[in-house]
Amino acid sequence: MITFENVSKQYDDGRYTALEDINFEIKPKEFVSIVGRSGAGKSTIIRLLIGEERPTTGRVLFGDDEVSTMHPRDLPRVRRSIGTIFQNYRLLPRKSSYENVAFALEVAGVPERDIDDMVRESLDLVGLSDKADNFPHELSGGEAQRVAMARAMVNHPHLIVADEPTGNLDPLNTADVIKVLEQINDLGTTVILTTHNKDVVNKLNRRVIQLDGGHIIRDVAKGKYMLA
Amino acid sequence: MFTNIYRLIKYSFQSFWRQKLLSFATMVVILLVLMVFQGIFIFGAIGDSALQSIKDKIDVSLFFAVDAPEDEILAVKADVEGLDVVKEVEYISRAEALELFRARHTSDETITQALDELDENPLSASLNIKTKETEQLPVVAAYLNNLVPEHLVDEVSYNEDNKAIIDRLTAIITASEVVGIILALFLAIVAVLVVFNTVLLGIYSNRDEISIMRWVGASNIFIRGPFMGLGVIYGFLTATIVMIASIPIVYMIAPYVVLFVPDFDLVVWFSSHFILLYLSQIAISVGIGIISSIIAVNRYLDA
Ligand SMILES: Nc1ncnc2c1ncn2[C@@H]1O[C@H](COP(=O)(O)OP(=O)(O)O)[C@@H](O)[C@H]1O
Ligand SMILES: [Mg+2]
Repeated sequence: MITFENVSKQYDDGRYTALEDINFEIKPKEFVSIVGRSGAGKSTIIRLLIGEERPTTGRVLFGDDEVSTMHPRDLPRVRRSIGTIFQNYRLLPRKSSYENVAFALEVAGVPERDIDDMVRESLDLVGLSDKADNFPHELSGGEAQRVAMARAMVNHPHLIVADEPTGNLDPLNTADVIKVLEQINDLGTTVILTTHNKDVVNKLNRRVIQLDGGHIIRDVAKGKYMLA
Repeated sequence: MFTNIYRLIKYSFQSFWRQKLLSFATMVVILLVLMVFQGIFIFGAIGDSALQSIKDKIDVSLFFAVDAPEDEILAVKADVEGLDVVKEVEYISRAEALELFRARHTSDETITQALDELDENPLSASLNIKTKETEQLPVVAAYLNNLVPEHLVDEVSYNEDNKAIIDRLTAIITASEVVGIILALFLAIVAVLVVFNTVLLGIYSNRDEISIMRWVGASNIFIRGPFMGLGVIYGFLTATIVMIASIPIVYMIAPYVVLFVPDFDLVVWFSSHFILLYLSQIAISVGIGIISSIIAVNRYLDA
């Protein structure tokens, strides 16, 4: 489903190498954690995957599409099959939870009559049906992140990428968010999670790709976070 | 499809409303441009009509001798009609001339009495000749002076002064239109810059929405469309405002226009040209809006 082939990424005209010689493949329905300390290159991998950046060398494939060479015009189609979640939630402050989730469907061109059902189903899945009318500032961090997850899932993407979704959360909220990710994965959606939280990775006990200084130093099927 | 158009319009109005103060200021600038254009259109119509009414009035008149036989007069008429530059030749016989004269002086008893006392019609027959262009009048006058048999002619009358008036009026109208258009273009450039700036601020204040749109795979039409839509909204609103505001102004100045150009009814002209004026104003204002927003969007919202 996802292939990184000899990917390297340099910033500042080659003066800084964020990723070097990255190779991995992710199969449908996998739950993969990409781990490593801050600055290891985790977010760069995510940005390459959703076409926000292009690799300096190598190829990034998503399904039949080569994201790394794709025309910008075609990216929206790919992104509609990827749900993205970020550390800082990135909800629109002037919209309620419901509207934030619905917004993603609107701009993806989903017909009006389908939107309500899809939004409610998605909020239900993250356990926030009762906060549908609340605005982001009325939600706890964990709740805000779950609204962001509802938004990421609402269009039934094939892939969810979560870039440090628990970075701002306390352990309890972290557990909630991870639980929802596992649920989504159980429903058949591929999940890529980046984190530097050892406990999260250890508890998951799924595939772990460990980065250090832009290199993959470990890629194991049922992994623990090990100090590099 | 309709869903998307509906949403596009909705988002456009949202960004319009979100910066209503700025939108208002932007529209004032566009309005200024449109008002100058409206002035040019109306002034142009008045000027054209003034010129036309003067041009229609001037002609060359050939007065025949009282004893000139009608068949020879008609032969001259046919010759003149054969000239390329001639638009229209009107023949007024001696009888018709007398009738016209009487009609014009019905209230003047001395004249009617004097006419009644004469047994002979004292008036001569004439040809009134209009040319296609006013510049051709002297040519026709020269032709009549030289080529019509002298014994038939009483007088060739042609007013040289009228041509000078027309030339001067044409020069004044052209000059004021050039000044108006330069002013309008200058203001239009200012308006493009102002709209550009407004759209830019719109992009800036919507940057969160825009990046979220990108992540969820919104197509370009949703990302760029609303900002183009902003330009279109400014255009339509200002064109509509300027047309509505013109109505009372037209009614107000129409009586004064009649003083200068007696056969020009500004109100009639305005209402018969309303659609055309409206469309022109929309073309100008939407043009300004679209051009600026396309520049802003292409510069700051690359895919
Ligand atoms: N746009 C950029 N320009 C320059 N350097 C960057 C840019 N983005 C990331 N980097 C650098 O690349 C390295 C990897 O960054 P990132 O992928 O964000 O790491 P992580 O998400 O693992 O913390 C970091 O050292 C970071 O400073
Ligand atoms: Mg990161």
